[in-house]
Amino acid sequence: MSKENQVTGSNPEKNENEIAGRDTVGLTQKQIIVKRFVKHKAAMGSLFGLIFIFIFVFTATGLQIGNSQNPTTVPGWWKYKITDIDPEGAIAASCNGGVTGCPTLDIVPSFFDGDGIKIGEHPFGTDIIGTDYFALVVRGAQQSILVMLIVGFLGIVLGTTIGAIAGFYGGLVDAVLMRITDMFLVTPTIIIGSVIGFRFGNFGVIPLALLLGFFAWMGLARFVRTEFLTLREREFVDAARVAGASDRRIIFKHILPNAMGIIIVSGTLLASGAILAESALSYLGFGVKPPDVSLGLLISQYQDSFSISPWLFWWPGTLIVSIALFVNFIGDGLRDAFDPRQRRHISFKDRRNAKELNGKRD
Amino acid sequence: MTQKNHSAEESKIVLQVANYNVDFWVEGVWYPAAIDMNFQVEAGKVLAIVGESGSGKSTTAMGLMDLLATNARVSGSVIVRGQEMIGAKKSQLRKFRGREVAYIFQEPMTALNPVYTIGFQIVETLRTHFDMGPNEAKTRAIELLTMVEIPTPEASFNKYPHQLSGGQRQRAMIAQSLACDPGLLVADEPTTALDVTVQAEILDLIRNLRDKLNSAILLITHDMGVVADLSDDILVMKDGNTVEYGTADQIFNRPKHPYTKELLAAVPKLGSVAVRELSPELVGKPAVLKLENVSIEYPKSGRIPAFRAVTDFSLEIFPGEIVGLVGESGSGKTTVGRAAIGLLPTVEGKIEIVGRDMTKPTPQELREIRRHTGIVFQDPVSSLNPRLPIGESIGEPLFLSGDAKGAELDKRVEDLLDSVELPRSYRNRYPHELSGGQRQRVGIARALALTPDLLIADEPTSALDVSVQARFLDLLQELQDKLKFACLFISHDLAVVDILSHRIAVMQNGRLIEVGSRDQILKNPREDYTKRLISSVPVPDPAEQRLRREARLAGK
Repeated sequence: MSKENQVTGSNPEKNENEIAGRDTVGLTQKQIIVKRFVKHKAAMGSLFGLIFIFIFVFTATGLQIGNSQNPTTVPGWWKYKITDIDPEGAIAASCNGGVTGCPTLDIVPSFFDGDGIKIGEHPFGTDIIGTDYFALVVRGAQQSILVMLIVGFLGIVLGTTIGAIAGFYGGLVDAVLMRITDMFLVTPTIIIGSVIGFRFGNFGVIPLALLLGFFAWMGLARFVRTEFLTLREREFVDAARVAGASDRRIIFKHILPNAMGIIIVSGTLLASGAILAESALSYLGFGVKPPDVSLGLLISQYQDSFSISPWLFWWPGTLIVSIALFVNFIGDGLRDAFDPRQRRHISFKDRRNAKELNGKRD
Repeated sequence: MTQKNHSAEESKIVLQVANYNVDFWVEGVWYPAAIDMNFQVEAGKVLAIVGESGSGKSTTAMGLMDLLATNARVSGSVIVRGQEMIGAKKSQLRKFRGREVAYIFQEPMTALNPVYTIGFQIVETLRTHFDMGPNEAKTRAIELLTMVEIPTPEASFNKYPHQLSGGQRQRAMIAQSLACDPGLLVADEPTTALDVTVQAEILDLIRNLRDKLNSAILLITHDMGVVADLSDDILVMKDGNTVEYGTADQIFNRPKHPYTKELLAAVPKLGSVAVRELSPELVGKPAVLKLENVSIEYPKSGRIPAFRAVTDFSLEIFPGEIVGLVGESGSGKTTVGRAAIGLLPTVEGKIEIVGRDMTKPTPQELREIRRHTGIVFQDPVSSLNPRLPIGESIGEPLFLSGDAKGAELDKRVEDLLDSVELPRSYRNRYPHELSGGQRQRVGIARALALTPDLLIADEPTSALDVSVQARFLDLLQELQDKLKFACLFISHDLAVVDILSHRIAVMQNGRLIEVGSRDQILKNPREDYTKRLISSVPVPDPAEQRLRREARLAGK
């Protein structure tokens, strides 16, 4: 705290009281939240982790935009593309008695196994026909991250807006909006996804993600509405109104930060759920279609080869789990940053090591 | 209870506390909340623990039966009917809770479960501790409800907490705690959430029950007036330390410690301050607030019919004048306050604020009028946005009206914090990091940000301790002397209104029944209701309190 406290030198008569005389730079709600988020170690680590994965996968094979038949591509720094086949390389990387396409990545230092750290020709191995698996996984991760971001963003924006308006105004507005929500809720997502995937899958992953996001906001809208229904009765809403705040300001500045916990929790669930929804659709053959790949598609394609070529399963699996974990940690950090009164658990060690202050109260 | 041989005198002692300490773990440090306490309570006696909020009195009471949060540490010795409670097994403690030691909490609405009838909750307590059939338990529950003087106990048995008034809820709560005929009754601020008139009734009830049941009572309160009414012994606490411990007579008539004297002085007394005169230059100016035959209704929603909260209400407030509006809860005084600032629409009559007709205001007019009015809300917890630093809360009216931005806004916020005597460094704090009194100061700073002509103060002190209240009232008076705003001060406590107001208006059941100068209302009240309000105000003097009680009972 001492960093923001600046003693006012220009106004000496106000320095008579040490605390009262100190000017603290006024921080807005936003600045305080950012400061608290930056202090959250797990969340900051996850944010950097996610940014790293994001940059890594989007620069590795470059971008491929548009439909899979006639894509616009931006080249990346990795030598193979998902369409390149290298059967010789796959055979050269054989291991475990004749299984082809083993990963050539070795991260064990030379003084343990003698091979030394090396990346090799196909660090993640190859698939059965000799396509470089690193290129496939990276491309798959691009698609999955896009789906996650778009579905998460659309779901949160739509859900929050609709829920906030329904909960704040109540009455007829609430009734109409909630019936619309019900209409969306009773339509099974997987069928909609299949229809959408069947119709639009070939246009690439972005239209698919947009349409998935369009059907993902209902749960969040319900949660936000409930929060708003209780929060709008609180006196601070009246206080803001008396101060001259417009409805928009009351909704976004006053009530929304109080409902942030629920929005972030369901938003992160939505985002990690989107990856799984895309995997499920790809598995059913309606999402991303070969030769293009997504992480879900890779897993579903190679689920049988787990015993022989487990890396075909491990690499996309690890990526899905780490992306979902990072998103959840970031959500956790955001929730803590928004909630000024978060508590932490006190362990027995904390109790034992605590300083005694008994009888020495100021 | 025990097989041990006790002398007759010892067995009368229900609760014996020795070398009792409570500490809280906060960020790696054990902060003491109660330090080396020693006290005892005998059957049929009342020990009152008095102190400001934060002095550790509630913590002391909750720690007795190990009801504190996990970050607390309790040590020392607590003996209830010869059994040591500290370090006792959880099952042992459970057997004692409710059976031997019962609690009455401050807020009966939250202490009673809203989804069960009060009858069910009493029966539950009975059947947990005794081998009792449902019918037998019901008979006993109705007996208990009769004992606490709830009207129509049979019907009330099947009522849910929200169907009862505040006073009746507190009675139901007491009935529940008495279910097992406990040896020790711990009453934690049992009347703080109640109106003065209801408070007097509940105190009467607790006194009767003590005589009838011969229980020991541990009364926790911040109000010396309540203590005077009830207690035999008094323990004064400050910052976790015992300041003074003695009989009621000693504490009230010969207080030794300056802090005890301070607490006694903080209780507002009727007629203790000189009559406040309006400064002459303000006399004869047109009214700031003019209500003419106003009626206010809460519109019908669903199956609940429209409710007329205020009927035919007329009142004028002139510049620089403080008008106190008094009445019990439910009398419609808050509704009047909200209508006077344009938060509620009227169905009949005429409202004029700062010379403008506000009967059917357009949004534009409302925005305009809000630059000239301010309001301080009753509950400082609910009225400050928990996610907004207080500096922003205070600056919001200035920002929204376009009066100040950026550095200029910062400066104005600092000036406002100075004027309500809060350190400037508090501006980045969240409301929960402030005490109740500090939060209410923030409320005033926000209400006065635009230097309004009219301030509505809606029970601003009802959530505050008596000593904090005294400081708050001083501050409000100082600010009013300086800024000369007109003020409608709403309160259920006549003694508080008495300190501030030039004129007093009394409300009952949505109607204005009496209005007049302060002296007129306090010295020559016309209405019986006003007289009852006056006699209900607790006075920190056991002898006088007894006289008033008898007068009140005789008047019934």
